[in-house]
Amino acid sequence: MNNVHLRKVGKIYAGGVEALRDIAFDIPDGAFCVLVGPSGCGKSTLLRMVAGLETITSGEISIGDRAVNDLDPSERDIAMVFQNYALYPHMSVYDNMAYGLRNRKTPKPEIEARVQEAARILEIGHLLDRKPRQLSGGQRQRVAMGRAIVRKPRVFLFDEPLSNLDAKLRIQMRVEIKKLQRTLGITSIYVTHDQLEAMTLADMLVVMNKGNIEQVGPPLQLYERPETVFVAGFIGAPPMNLIELPEGGVAGLALENRPVAPVIVGIRPEHFELAPVGTPAPLGISMQITAIEMVGAETYLYGALDGRGREVIVRVAGKAEQQIGERVTAVAERHNLHFFDPATGRRLAVS
Amino acid sequence: MVQRRSLLDIVPHFILALGVIIIAFPVYIAFVASTWDAATISNGQMPLWPGPHFLENYYRTIFIGTAKTTREPVGIMMLNSFVMAMCIAIGKIAISLISAFAVVYFRFPFRMAAFWTIFITLMLPVEVRIYPTYKIVADLRLLDTYAGLTIPLIASATATLLFRQFFMTVPDELVEASRIDGAGPMKFFVDTLVPLSITSVAAMFVIQFIYGWNQYLWPLLITTSDNMQTIVIGIKKMIVTQDALTEWQIAMATAVLAMLPPVIVVVAMQKLFVKGLTETEK
Ligand SMILES: Nc1ncnc2c1ncn2[C@@H]1O[C@H](COP(=O)(O)OP(=O)(O)OP(=O)(O)O)[C@@H](O)[C@H]1O
Ligand SMILES: [Mg+2]
Repeated sequence: MNNVHLRKVGKIYAGGVEALRDIAFDIPDGAFCVLVGPSGCGKSTLLRMVAGLETITSGEISIGDRAVNDLDPSERDIAMVFQNYALYPHMSVYDNMAYGLRNRKTPKPEIEARVQEAARILEIGHLLDRKPRQLSGGQRQRVAMGRAIVRKPRVFLFDEPLSNLDAKLRIQMRVEIKKLQRTLGITSIYVTHDQLEAMTLADMLVVMNKGNIEQVGPPLQLYERPETVFVAGFIGAPPMNLIELPEGGVAGLALENRPVAPVIVGIRPEHFELAPVGTPAPLGISMQITAIEMVGAETYLYGALDGRGREVIVRVAGKAEQQIGERVTAVAERHNLHFFDPATGRRLAVS
Repeated sequence: MVQRRSLLDIVPHFILALGVIIIAFPVYIAFVASTWDAATISNGQMPLWPGPHFLENYYRTIFIGTAKTTREPVGIMMLNSFVMAMCIAIGKIAISLISAFAVVYFRFPFRMAAFWTIFITLMLPVEVRIYPTYKIVADLRLLDTYAGLTIPLIASATATLLFRQFFMTVPDELVEASRIDGAGPMKFFVDTLVPLSITSVAAMFVIQFIYGWNQYLWPLLITTSDNMQTIVIGIKKMIVTQDALTEWQIAMATAVLAMLPPVIVVVAMQKLFVKGLTETEK
């Protein structure tokens, strides 16, 4: 069983920077776990602690039910793909992939077989004799993956492996990584700050913020039921509209059964529907359009509540006939509303 | 336009050619002098073209040497110089690579102190510390040995600094990838760091070989027996003040021979050397 357990893991860097606090979650065998969060939230730190490249200040990390806190990276049976690939520049592609196996005294025929197999899977068979500098970014990326695959590790670790590729290649590689992970069935931890990448790759999504875990769960669950304001704003693009409602309410927004205490109400752009003025609905807003973004299949209307105030995004399918400056009314269903406590940022159970 | 261009091309070429002539002419004269007999040279009427004694002079220089002054064939001197230059170049590179590796990749107490100590030795070339160094070498009974000739010259801050700068540009991820691939520190050093440094090593080798080959003061102090003479000292000894005794054709042949190994090293290493200065392969 190649599951990964983290128990109350904390990290304080020399110099007193507290990068991680009480991180605890389990990754089941074979799962694809994605760590996502804004820059500086500690994703890389956590990944590097699992890899053994960073010491563990407190808590325990175990891989396959074996505590690895005091083990060297090479003894943890993990393989890592770095953002800049970190290929050995003076070694051929073949040697790059074979190096780790040679160091482990794997028999030669076995090395040959594994490298050829990985090259076949990744379609880099014709590149084996080249040096890394003779490869394109995408090819280097594949070699880096190959180096990880040949080891047949318990856990794959990826630190933003696609961020150096152009947008199109990134999508293509994203699909391939996912497919590869499925076929190999190797437990994986993947770091990214791209929420779309996170949503599409993950079996299990871990949203981090400022060294804490905000929420752990399957991507759709995080999308449909974000537990905190932060997750609500982070997952989904364009992000969820988060409107603070003080006791008196705000102009341009009508909410049935409005809670008395101040709340933050969240509603995704795609859950709005345009409606004629005065349509009765659980939630209705009236806004003046300030910008229109057409992306083909859909259109995003940016507006300000009641002509001023905070910005709201409304998605409409297809092309929009509205003009900038026009006033529109949009409504949403009750079950699509999310309520959060403005003080703690946590989800409120409002019926 | 075309006119102007070709004129602009000609001027620098002309200046370059002039420079080459000015530098190469004395070398040519030395070569010419090494192919005539002593009488032709000393009567002050030496021709500007090579004479008939090439083989004879060089044979005598390499295998017999001058009759009175050096009492050793130049072949032996060349061997001494070569051993000294190689030991200094290789020794310096080996020590510098290792010390730069230690300073960049390990956290040990007084790391920076160690680094600055190395740095300060830049200010202490042999000429400055000549007396204490001589005393130590003498006390260790290393006079007239290759060890005494080379070891005091090997400790080198310049090469350490160069390699330190280079190592600091090697991405950390490479170390980390090595660690994950199961390579310990020394394996990383041998398998990754040294191969990556190969062009810097070549550049350093050229510079240090020539530095070692051209040593004069130190070998002069440290060697007394004839069979430990280096070629640079040999040349000096051949040229005696009473002009009549100087066997100029031998001295000039020696000078030409003394030039050859550094030239060969430069030419052989040139490709790597230029690559080391221009290409960064990381
Ligand atoms: N070696 C270090 N020494 C001290 N503090 C560090 C060190 N490395 C990272 N940090 C700090 O720890 C925190 C988390 O850094 P980390 O690199 O894990 O962020 P990240 O989530 O990977 O961000 P990014 O998306 O930008 O890569 C940051 O505040 C950073 O400044
Ligand atoms: Mg990072």
